[in-house]
Amino acid sequence: MPDTTIALRLQINGRSHDLKVEPRVTLLDVLREQLGLTGTKKGCDQGQCGACTVHVNGERVLACLTLAAQVEGRTVTTIEGLAEGALHPVQAAFLERDAFQCGYCTPGQIMSAVACIREGHAGSDAEIREYMSGNLCRCGAYPNIVAAVRDAAAASPTEANR
Amino acid sequence: MRNFEYLRPGSVDEARTAAARSGAMLLAGGTTLLDLAKCGVAEPETVVDITHLTGLDSIAFTGQGVAIGALAKMSAVAADRGIRDRYTAVSEALWQAASAQLRNMATIGGNLMQRTRCPYFRDPAAFPDCNKRKPGSGCAALGGATRNHAVLGTSESCIATNPGDLAVALVALDAEIELGARRVLADDFFLLPGATPQREHAIEPGEIITAIRIPASGPARNSTYLKVRDRQSYEFAAASAAIGMELEADGLTVRDIRVALGGVATKPWRARSVEAALKGKKLSREGIDRAAALAIEGAVVHGDNRYKIALAPRVVARAIINLKLRGIA
Repeated sequence: MPDTTIALRLQINGRSHDLKVEPRVTLLDVLREQLGLTGTKKGCDQGQCGACTVHVNGERVLACLTLAAQVEGRTVTTIEGLAEGALHPVQAAFLERDAFQCGYCTPGQIMSAVACIREGHAGSDAEIREYMSGNLCRCGAYPNIVAAVRDAAAASPTEANR
Repeated sequence: MRNFEYLRPGSVDEARTAAARSGAMLLAGGTTLLDLAKCGVAEPETVVDITHLTGLDSIAFTGQGVAIGALAKMSAVAADRGIRDRYTAVSEALWQAASAQLRNMATIGGNLMQRTRCPYFRDPAAFPDCNKRKPGSGCAALGGATRNHAVLGTSESCIATNPGDLAVALVALDAEIELGARRVLADDFFLLPGATPQREHAIEPGEIITAIRIPASGPARNSTYLKVRDRQSYEFAAASAAIGMELEADGLTVRDIRVALGGVATKPWRARSVEAALKGKKLSREGIDRAAALAIEGAVVHGDNRYKIALAPRVVARAIINLKLRGIA
């Protein structure tokens, strides 16, 4: 295989980054290994656990199944880019409700929850469970996660029922 | 994951040219392609990223039906009010598929190209034999753990289940897959394994799915998708059914009905014998059960998947009853 390294300019958490990567490198690996943004976690690395959830153009996606090259020209937000000064209300709600045990899934849970609320899919506990089902918690902190999302949703403006 | 060359075409024509190259694969969302590349199942020499193409993600309604651009995201189609109102089974199939994150990534065209979840297919290191991966090498699933394998449409070469939800609704509603200049009926787009399980779709190298077209109909407007699975969310179907039904003015006699099954067959499974048994008849619990039993005509059990023989007809019957009780049929 000849050298296929490509140059990319990525917009991550409001900053521009110039990178050289092999085409096969995922967004997850660029975040963690090249940019030191290790808040985004590598769980299963095959799209089944949600630990690597980030926002691309404001929508929640899995960084492990996204090529870094795919997000050129798009904006990426990770857990590190969520708080603006004070904690994001969803982060504060997770603390208040003790919505974690080991914490490994938490960044993904929070990124997913922020989007879930913004989408208008946090109207009831059943709806929260359904629309948060892509984020697994092996500690089983689900009851407190649902409570945190419920609290944050009640305190946040959402898009009108689409 | 083996390395590859990365191309980002600027037009559909450029994408077709790139996709026709030997060893090239399209990336329309990446949720299947990158997953399988990590498993060692997909080994593209060139990845053609079509996610930056513009103008292929619209949802356009006409009197005749709807045309959904191939690059429309699953989440966008699931949430579209027109799809929810007039093609309800499509919306219901989509929001019950995968997870919110994956639905934001995966596209409608790419969704149709997803591969089976057969664990033997997905693990070439542990199970080198797979007729789908390496034609003629054998099938490790036969005699293996087969709880999630197909009971319908199987062959001696392959018993892998088609995992799709959307495709089941599309087959029920007589959708067409648009491949540039030509169109293929959804039921013909998905191929039975037969002796060539490596070939799953009626699409040629260099062809790209450009749109999905669903004709407007009474059954499409009054349709539902019922998915039964081992856990309530984020799981593939143990058995599923897409039903579209139109009743006569008496609210009881079936004018038209469409039935397709998922999770039990090697391709999205249209059950025309069920439809024929109900068409023109008055709905009754006994009649529905008798007709639904025809859904598994010709089924072949492989060890652990016997439960699907009992489950599939019940899912069909339940979906028909749900639709009737919903009061819109």
